[in-house]
Amino acid sequence: MSRYVARRLAFLVITLLLTSLIVFVVTQWLPGDVARVILGREASEPALAALRAELGLDKPLPLQYLSWLGRFLTGDWGTSYSTGLPVRDLVLERAGNSTMLAGLTLLIAVPLSVFLGVVAGLKADKPLDATISIGSLAVVGLPEFVTGLILIEVLALRLHLFPANSSIRPGTGFFEALPQLVLPALTATFVLLAYVTRLTRAGVVEEMRQGYVRTATLKGLPRRTVVGRHVLRNALLPTITVLAISFGWLIGGLIVIENVFNYPGLGRLMTFAIDRRDLPLMQAITLLTVLVFALANLGADLLYAALNPRIRLE
Amino acid sequence: MASFSNVLEIDGLTVSYRRGQKSLDAVRNVSFSIAAGQSYGLVGESGSGKSTLALAIMQYLPENGLVTGGTIRLGGQDLAALPREQMQQVWRDQIKLVPQDPGASLNPSLRIGDQLDEALCDGNEARDELRQRSLEQLRQVRIADPERVAASYPHQLSGGMQQRVLIAMALARQPSLLILDEPTTNLDVTTEAVILDLVRDLVHGQRTAILYVSHNLGVVASICDRVAVLYAGELVEDLTPQQLRRRPLHPYTLGLLDSVPRLGQRAGVDPLLPIAGTIARLDALPAGCVFAPRCPIAQQLCRDLRPELEETPEGGLVRCHRWREIAAGMVDARADRPAAVASQNGVSGAASALRTEALVKHFPVRRTLAEALRRTPARQVHAVDGVSLQIGQQRTLGLVGESGSGKTTAARCIVGLVERTGGQVTLFDIALAPGLDRRDAAVLRRLQMVFQNPEEALNPHRTVGDVLQRPLMRLMGLSAGEARQQAGELLEAVRLSSAYLDRTPGQLSGGEKQRVAIARAFASNPDVLILDESVSALDVSVQASILNLLTELQAEQGSAYLFISHDLAAVSYLADDIAVMYLGQVVETGSAEQMLHPPFHPYSEALLSAVPRIDAAGPERIRLPGDLPSAIDLPSGCRFHTRCPRLLGDICRTQEPPWQETAPGHRYRCHIAPDELTAMQVSSGEQNGWPRREMGEASR
Repeated sequence: MSRYVARRLAFLVITLLLTSLIVFVVTQWLPGDVARVILGREASEPALAALRAELGLDKPLPLQYLSWLGRFLTGDWGTSYSTGLPVRDLVLERAGNSTMLAGLTLLIAVPLSVFLGVVAGLKADKPLDATISIGSLAVVGLPEFVTGLILIEVLALRLHLFPANSSIRPGTGFFEALPQLVLPALTATFVLLAYVTRLTRAGVVEEMRQGYVRTATLKGLPRRTVVGRHVLRNALLPTITVLAISFGWLIGGLIVIENVFNYPGLGRLMTFAIDRRDLPLMQAITLLTVLVFALANLGADLLYAALNPRIRLE
Repeated sequence: MASFSNVLEIDGLTVSYRRGQKSLDAVRNVSFSIAAGQSYGLVGESGSGKSTLALAIMQYLPENGLVTGGTIRLGGQDLAALPREQMQQVWRDQIKLVPQDPGASLNPSLRIGDQLDEALCDGNEARDELRQRSLEQLRQVRIADPERVAASYPHQLSGGMQQRVLIAMALARQPSLLILDEPTTNLDVTTEAVILDLVRDLVHGQRTAILYVSHNLGVVASICDRVAVLYAGELVEDLTPQQLRRRPLHPYTLGLLDSVPRLGQRAGVDPLLPIAGTIARLDALPAGCVFAPRCPIAQQLCRDLRPELEETPEGGLVRCHRWREIAAGMVDARADRPAAVASQNGVSGAASALRTEALVKHFPVRRTLAEALRRTPARQVHAVDGVSLQIGQQRTLGLVGESGSGKTTAARCIVGLVERTGGQVTLFDIALAPGLDRRDAAVLRRLQMVFQNPEEALNPHRTVGDVLQRPLMRLMGLSAGEARQQAGELLEAVRLSSAYLDRTPGQLSGGEKQRVAIARAFASNPDVLILDESVSALDVSVQASILNLLTELQAEQGSAYLFISHDLAAVSYLADDIAVMYLGQVVETGSAEQMLHPPFHPYSEALLSAVPRIDAAGPERIRLPGDLPSAIDLPSGCRFHTRCPRLLGDICRTQEPPWQETAPGHRYRCHIAPDELTAMQVSSGEQNGWPRREMGEASR
């Protein structure tokens, strides 16, 4: 087991190195001259050259990559071109915000979608199943900005339950931010809901057909014991994996939702960095997102193995 | 029997399945009863309704199934009328089911101990006490190390061990009725024998009533006090095992008996008599006797009027208009003998069609990183470990062994689906490359294979015509038109009409699919055909007709067969020569005749002894303890020593046994010399009822 984790972590390092290389090369290829972006159209050639020298942009590419990588690994993620602030502080602040949003989303989405999925699975092909399936599909069919705007319209503007704007100040804690987190978290929940519900439903339907369910039933166990003790631990395996992986998406992929609600997460920082062609910022966000995705994947696999005795990790 | 009270009483039971608008009666008007301590066998082929009947008694029918007539009484209580909560009590305390598939019937994510505790639990005993009782229960089903088994997950146990756990679970609360639904069908013969012994012993002298459901007449006859034969949802005969052995009366029962090869029965001498046709469909039942369309002695009356179940003077029940004539010996209700096939095809000692020399297949076991760093040598699964086989032209070599013996891997190496690690494979005088991709079309044409499961071997989206035309065009170079015509002829050869050309596998029965698979293999007119468990999954009557078909095709086409099976009776029926494999090695080879008489390798002896038989059932049987050892860490010395009933001592544990030759062509690998082995085995053979050596046969 520990061997397996060690090997997976080694793979993870290689993945990150490759990603860093890709990120570096791609940002080099982006059109436009960084020095001119920073100094503006009117800057003189000597000033541009001086800045390039300062930023190390005049050195050969492999050297630039290595020195960038070295600095990155030692915690110096550089200075944001557009704001002049240290990239590390900016990114970690936003990553904290993203984690809060991801956390609340999972807190809402997991019980809800698993519950709906189990109910639909147990009542497969009955009216209740159809209602749940059609309902969750209808919700997922709407783009995030539409569900987001509907939630703002109904829950914020009409019912005044939650604020419409989620632009929390830096350093706000989870409970303090909670009211402002609810609407974006609900929107993200709707994205996950149909998928997770259907996956859970499929798992329950599949497992209910297995011979061991018959064995358990014919032991004379009440139905809730058969489902709770026997079926769920097998039926929820794929769901748990998918949820763990979706954590990566919740951290780094909520670009639309964060923009709709004006929420200062990583996704919005990324759009900001792209707008300003802020290379150090883009590089840091991308690497961090890849890291979170990879760790979420690893976590999903470990969780799956821990819950499924048939899998032996070697 | 009258002094016993009946535990189970089934009266006029009809069970129906809703299918769309229609309601199909899968079980019709079945009545029987089982007394305390009695065991009742229910025999039938697929479609007979035996599983439906068992599930109806359990009140565990699928959602579209319903008891539409009659009563099921357990201890006087009508189960069909019970609400679910009360049925839960019945499930918990009174009726238990041991299912066919032990692997799927245990929860893969829960430890055995927890699953067993659950079956024992009354709701308020202490955990420790409960676990102690669970361990005791495991000991009862002769599990030697109950602590280890209780701490295991199901996948860590062998099939036989899983089935013991399920039996332990079923017997935990001393149920009044135990239903065993094909409990040994998926197990090896050696394991099956052990499990059957266990069931026999556990219920002996108990008050538990047993319903044993099986397709295997031999198994049922050896375990039950009474046997009922079910056909297309109706009970056609009900009799004692003695009557079954001596004189069954219903033509279907006779047909079943004649479809199963007895140990020692040979295709060339005494062909099987398969039942013609296929089982009646539930939506098109005949007006008269349900068996009339397949019955060799059906008359007009049989086709017009459904017969009643009548009592025979011997106390049996039979549903046939002509049973009195059959009982009096006035008609022969057995099927017509198939046209005698010119029996001995190839001659022994003639040039071989296929030869393997020291065939080896090792699968590497992945090393862990630490092992690789420490330079620990990589470990291997020794699937096939030096197997030399020889099949004479137009002859059949039977290859026998338990699952895990390496017989299928050997076959796959021969056809090239798996690349061998070492050794030679020679087809006539062509040395074959290890991999299929480096063999040319001529080799593919001459060497073909039929797989075990026709359901998986045929592409469900291709018509039978496509399946047959492909090898004809690719390997025989025929044009599309010629190929189609030839495909029609192939179908005729496997006794299907050319109307099947445009059907897809989904429209065929299991037996028809296997015929198509055989026709496909014969399309290229191969010199050697490998049949890997090709009849094992089929109903006995279908199996019989396929076995006969293979014999006929061999006579017509002159192909040599490698016939792989765990079923010794089927192998000895078809094969000229037999090789027995154990843990990747051949332990005995000889002619089929030689292999059935002492001396044999102790492993072959155990295999023979494990075959369930309708005739002679002696208690003094040889049983193999434990499971097949790991093919990674092979036992030292003789590979069989860990389970050998004839173990000599240290020599077996330390030294590889030599080949002992008893007669030309017959060799076995053992430390015991032929004379001694014969002496041991002849004395125990009298109790075991080895096939008697008949006059003249020995010298043949």
